[in-house]
Amino acid sequence: MASNKKYWKSVDELDENNPVVKTLKQNEFVEEIPVDEFLGDKESLDSSSTTRRDFLKYVGFSTAAASLAACEGPVKKSIPYVVQPDRIVPGVANYYATSIANGFDFASVLIKTREGRPIKVENNTDVVYGGGANARVHASVLDLYDSLRLQGPKSEGEYISWDALDAGVVSGMTAANAAGKQVVLLTQTFASPSVKRLIAALKEKYANVKHVIYDAVSEDAALEAFRTEFGSRALADYDFSKAEVIVSFGADFLGDWQGGGFDSGYAKGRIPENGKMSRHIQFESNMSLSGANADKRVPLTPSMQRKALAKFYGYLTGTSVSAELPENIDTAVKNAAAQVKMAGSKAVVVTGIDDVNAQRIALKINKNLNSEAFDADRPRYIRQGNADEVSQLVKDMNAGEVGALIMSGVNPAYTLADSAAFNEGLKKVAVSVAFTTKEHETALNATYIAAAPHYLESWGDVEFKKGYYGLTQPTIRPLFNTRQLQDCLLKWVGDNRSYPDYLKETWQENILKGASWNQALHDGVYDNVSSSEEEVMAEDQPAVQVGEGEGEVVSAVAGVSSMLTALAKEQGEGMELVLYTKTGMGDGQQANNPWLQEFPDPITRVSWDNYITVSKADAEAMGLENWNVANGGLNGSYANVTVNGVTLENVPVIIQPGQAKGSVGMALGYGRNAGMKSDMKVGHNAYRLYNNFNSVQKVTVEKAAGEHEFACVQLHNTLMGRGDIIKETTLEIFNSKDSRVWNHVPQVSLNHEEVDAVTVDMWDEFDRSVGHHFNMSIDLNACTGCGACVIACHAENNVPVVGKAEVRKSRDMHWLRIDRYYSSDETFEGDNETKEGMSGLGDSLSTFGEMESAAANPQVAFQPVMCQHCNHAPCETVCPVAATSHGRQGQNHMAYNRCVGTRYCANNCPYKVRRFNWFLYNNNDEFDFHMNDDLGKMVLNPDVTVRSRGVMEKCSLCIQRTQKTILDAKREGRTIKDGEFQTACSAACSSGAIVFGDINDKESKVAKLKEDDRMYHLLEHVGTKPNVFYQVKVRNTQEA
Amino acid sequence: MKKVTRRNSEFRIFGIGLALLFLFTSSLNAQDAEAAAEDAAGQDAAAAAAGGDPAAGKDLFNTYCAACHNLDRPMTGPALRGVGDKYEREWLYEWIKNSQAMIKSGDPQAVAIWEEYKPAVMTAFPQLSNDDIDNIIAYTMQPKQEPKVADAATAEGAPAGGGQSGIGNEVILAALALVFGLLVVMLFLVNKTLRRIAEANGVEFAVAEKEKRMPIWKAFAQNQFLVIVTTIFLLLGGAYFAYGYLMQIGVDQGYMPVQPIHYSHRIHAGENQIECKYCHSSARVSKHSGIPSLNVCMNCHKSIVEVSPETATAEYSKEFYDGEIQKLYKAVGWDVQNQEYTGETQPVKWVRIHNLPDFAYFNHSQHVSVAGIACQKCHGPVEEMEVMYQHSPLTMGWCINCHRETNVKMEGNEYYEKIHEELSKKYGVEELTAAQMGGLECGKCHY
Repeated sequence: MASNKKYWKSVDELDENNPVVKTLKQNEFVEEIPVDEFLGDKESLDSSSTTRRDFLKYVGFSTAAASLAACEGPVKKSIPYVVQPDRIVPGVANYYATSIANGFDFASVLIKTREGRPIKVENNTDVVYGGGANARVHASVLDLYDSLRLQGPKSEGEYISWDALDAGVVSGMTAANAAGKQVVLLTQTFASPSVKRLIAALKEKYANVKHVIYDAVSEDAALEAFRTEFGSRALADYDFSKAEVIVSFGADFLGDWQGGGFDSGYAKGRIPENGKMSRHIQFESNMSLSGANADKRVPLTPSMQRKALAKFYGYLTGTSVSAELPENIDTAVKNAAAQVKMAGSKAVVVTGIDDVNAQRIALKINKNLNSEAFDADRPRYIRQGNADEVSQLVKDMNAGEVGALIMSGVNPAYTLADSAAFNEGLKKVAVSVAFTTKEHETALNATYIAAAPHYLESWGDVEFKKGYYGLTQPTIRPLFNTRQLQDCLLKWVGDNRSYPDYLKETWQENILKGASWNQALHDGVYDNVSSSEEEVMAEDQPAVQVGEGEGEVVSAVAGVSSMLTALAKEQGEGMELVLYTKTGMGDGQQANNPWLQEFPDPITRVSWDNYITVSKADAEAMGLENWNVANGGLNGSYANVTVNGVTLENVPVIIQPGQAKGSVGMALGYGRNAGMKSDMKVGHNAYRLYNNFNSVQKVTVEKAAGEHEFACVQLHNTLMGRGDIIKETTLEIFNSKDSRVWNHVPQVSLNHEEVDAVTVDMWDEFDRSVGHHFNMSIDLNACTGCGACVIACHAENNVPVVGKAEVRKSRDMHWLRIDRYYSSDETFEGDNETKEGMSGLGDSLSTFGEMESAAANPQVAFQPVMCQHCNHAPCETVCPVAATSHGRQGQNHMAYNRCVGTRYCANNCPYKVRRFNWFLYNNNDEFDFHMNDDLGKMVLNPDVTVRSRGVMEKCSLCIQRTQKTILDAKREGRTIKDGEFQTACSAACSSGAIVFGDINDKESKVAKLKEDDRMYHLLEHVGTKPNVFYQVKVRNTQEA
Repeated sequence: MKKVTRRNSEFRIFGIGLALLFLFTSSLNAQDAEAAAEDAAGQDAAAAAAGGDPAAGKDLFNTYCAACHNLDRPMTGPALRGVGDKYEREWLYEWIKNSQAMIKSGDPQAVAIWEEYKPAVMTAFPQLSNDDIDNIIAYTMQPKQEPKVADAATAEGAPAGGGQSGIGNEVILAALALVFGLLVVMLFLVNKTLRRIAEANGVEFAVAEKEKRMPIWKAFAQNQFLVIVTTIFLLLGGAYFAYGYLMQIGVDQGYMPVQPIHYSHRIHAGENQIECKYCHSSARVSKHSGIPSLNVCMNCHKSIVEVSPETATAEYSKEFYDGEIQKLYKAVGWDVQNQEYTGETQPVKWVRIHNLPDFAYFNHSQHVSVAGIACQKCHGPVEEMEVMYQHSPLTMGWCINCHRETNVKMEGNEYYEKIHEELSKKYGVEELTAAQMGGLECGKCHY
């Protein structure tokens, strides 16, 4: 029955001679299959000698070899010490108190070492002054293990011996002396009594020695102002916890303004206690951390800030100042002045304007107010850079007057605006030596590169502020053949002592005055304030009198009026550029640190980049845009930024809500190239625009072609009126109304009755009253968004760095993120009202659309979010292999070795805190960060597993730390005191926003916080019953 | 018949040979014992001649002197063999009873010794009587035992002589096996011969008639029920063994690697009763038990340069052990002759025996210090191990089992007071297991 029918595919087949039909019959495919295209490069394929058979042989062999190798476990070697140091017990951490003083960051810290390796920076909580490490300080431990560190002294690209370097430099200095040329020491701010003494010794030994201090990010104006007002070149200190009203004119004091470190004091005053909290008014152009935390933020261009400051002084003192301000700003200034006046000595005024007049006005105001928060008697010494001397030095170098140049802790070839002139000058210096840990831009041009040790390998001391000292001690033996500047200086002046001995002598003679050196070294800090209070006061007297002398009153008043006129005169024409430093990058000396590169900026939430921030209005005017692309990534336009003839081309643009119209911002510290891994060479060098060490520059911005791909971790910026995520209220309502009004508890209907959502439960409650029950409280009032916790978590938990491309795909691995929300109305409250007021589908669609964009000057709120450790965890119920489960102590456990990577848990998590290992991030050349080299791996915490590809991970509430605390108590047979339980983030939080502890200990701080009226859970209505809770944010919006 | 006779004679010859061998081995042993006895007698005689009882002296020496002195090599103090000839007896009495006083008094000999060995001060022994000292000196005056000829013989004939006890048994067993083998062969031969005789005599065998039956395998193959049942059993059996095999992958129970230095736990923890945590001190406070650093070894081995002859076993001779101690000295850089460190060290690369995977957290101090569990519970009879091996499987099931069964030691620990009270009320028991304490939670060991 077989059919003999023949089916024709086309009419052409009827013609047997048709060539097309013939070809088609022989060829299955009409067109040649583009094999080359998917097999890659044809050329290399052709040139390859590997045949198919060879390939199969290789595959067969390697499979067989792999399976054979798998039969036998690897032989592991254990090599104990030959002579074990007394204090090192394998598996037990040692802590050393030391101080970081790298010229930009100054802090007293504790270093955790394991088996002799520093692995983590912790806050030194015992110190009176100088504690509180920021994100960069927390990340500094990774710099120690930078694989690109200099391994020994170099000259002309070759490693040389220290003797050769010594001989070269000494002969250079002698020759300079003989030729009557200068010997210049160009250094960072050391603020070190011993270095001061050492340099004096150098000046004695060699004639014509000059010491020039250079801060990459200059505080010259503030220093100069303080010198004119109080007689010494230093910076006034502020304790914001004592201030009830804080007015800031462009001072980002929660950032790096005047050396930073003010946030813990500030946070103390922000927590409403007895119905009171501080009031913070911020006039600024860039959206800074301080502005984001302010109760009232007024966006103002720098030139307007000057006028505002002048006006403010006028309103405060009753003198009339002729300056024109828009009416609403004038009102704001007037109100601020009124509030300051009312608060009197409880107020403080600060300014970040790089202008001596502005700084002097601010100092005068504080002095006249007799501000309690203001301290000029014990000024800070952590910035001493002298801009004029640096400029003079460059001139001298070019004039050939410098015979020898010794540099330490500075990188002028990168940080100077006119680095070309410096490089030219450097060529005319006979002998130059750069002390550095990296072959940076300056070192490459110097005659000698002296390999300096990392601060964790060095000795040192620092005087943070008058009478408050810190000591730096090595926490590990030098990894490489390095020597610090101080040791070299001792050699060069012919002193055979070692620097530690010299240091000890300096301290015993000048500082300790009989107090124990060992105790000081153990504590890491020493202050002689309590012991010698009167003496110091007496010393200070003449200096203070300079400004307050009777005869000078008149001239002082005249001076003030001229200063005010000078301030008010300033005309802001065109765009103004405000250069700032990012919380994560600082002055850029840690640019090769992958933790910091991946750290998202607290405000823009962009990592791995710098960019210019422009206001929405300006962006629209110039046609600059930001948009999201299909994979979720943020893209932006490019702009050419020109200052004083210098153009930075193709700088990406971020449209920044709150940016003052007429101003753009740009972060310093990026765009470094020398001594950097290729992935870390990101951004543009804004120092090239930093003319005259002034952070404000006249600028022209032009749109450029192309689009930039950002790695931004937060793509949705507004809260959309979801007031239950960040609960916010005003101090007025907080003080006057019941907590249920401002801390609304979600309701659900149970048996047709509205009841609190938290009372309804599908599950049987597990008994958690026995043993420990860990909870974490996060106070949104105290959190400044500084991000120290993010880096601390990174370091503690071996969180991998994934790189820019992966962050862009939202595959960042941070266990702890700090969400930043803008309000779409002027305030978050306005958002809530807008949302409530919607009616109908059409309205809600359009209104929600509008709410996606932030206001021109929005309110900002920060919210640290980590795994909430839900008692009824949605992730646990969906895991098919029970890899995530709940512990009785309240922690949601994650057994990595059990996880098969279905990612159901991440999908079911309402908080989106679970992170998936898309790749193997260690030992992988595709991710060439610290976990890819032996040196970088030394920073890993041996108590925490390094996760492999294909497993889910998330915050564990630092279970390794809680378990350690419990074990220590068990071993010592004692109960655990409140405060002993800490997570990495709570320990790193110097502002006290994150509090961790055991709520079964009814006396604990966290148990009390849980009972606080401000307490709420994130997404309470979901019923997850988290063990992390938040405290309602209260804003002091009351105008005077 | 001829054949049979010949076989018998062969057997006889072998039997005689065997008996001779037994005789020979026993006589060897006897000779050894005699030689030892003669040696001892000779020494006693020599000592008695010097006045004083060397046996008592040896005890005293070991009690008072051995910590700092050896007979033949300098330690903290000088070597003491023949000390009685070097100094006057009265001088020695005085010196031993109070050496410092003599040095202060300026006795030239005393000062010379002080100059050589300072700052080590010799302990004064006023409690020793002159007789005691005589005894000690008598002991020190014994001539040095030269390496015995017998020793040399043993060493030389190690393969043969070493088998005095071990190979003796083997020889007997082999002989027995041979005898049995011969018996079997003989049985066959007898049977064959008998049959031949029977055939010759015309006796008919009642040969069982071979029916044409189906071969058993074919019958089996045709019985489907049997085939199915057998297949099921085979599969089950296969699965059982496959499971067993798969489950032991990665379990290194019994792992006994060769170590760079043959360190015998039997000698240290067994014979010498050294507490485990003397060397593995970090087990008290740390997650690691810690492989002792070499300076810990030198606490004792500064003065113990060789093992005593009794320590040697059949498998490992004294020379072998002494050689291993020399390896330690080389590694730590100890110059035995000059009693000083050379500074040239070679860290020892031990092979790690107990390997937990990285994702499992185990803390020794938790188990050793807090729970008070004996090391042997997990590590087995270490004190009997000549070579250390992994005693326990170290699998998760093994951990969990113990956590289920073991009661937590809570008495006298203030930490546990509250939780014990609450938990025992909750579970209605007095003793709480680690599991009840939460010791089975994933996150307690995996983070």
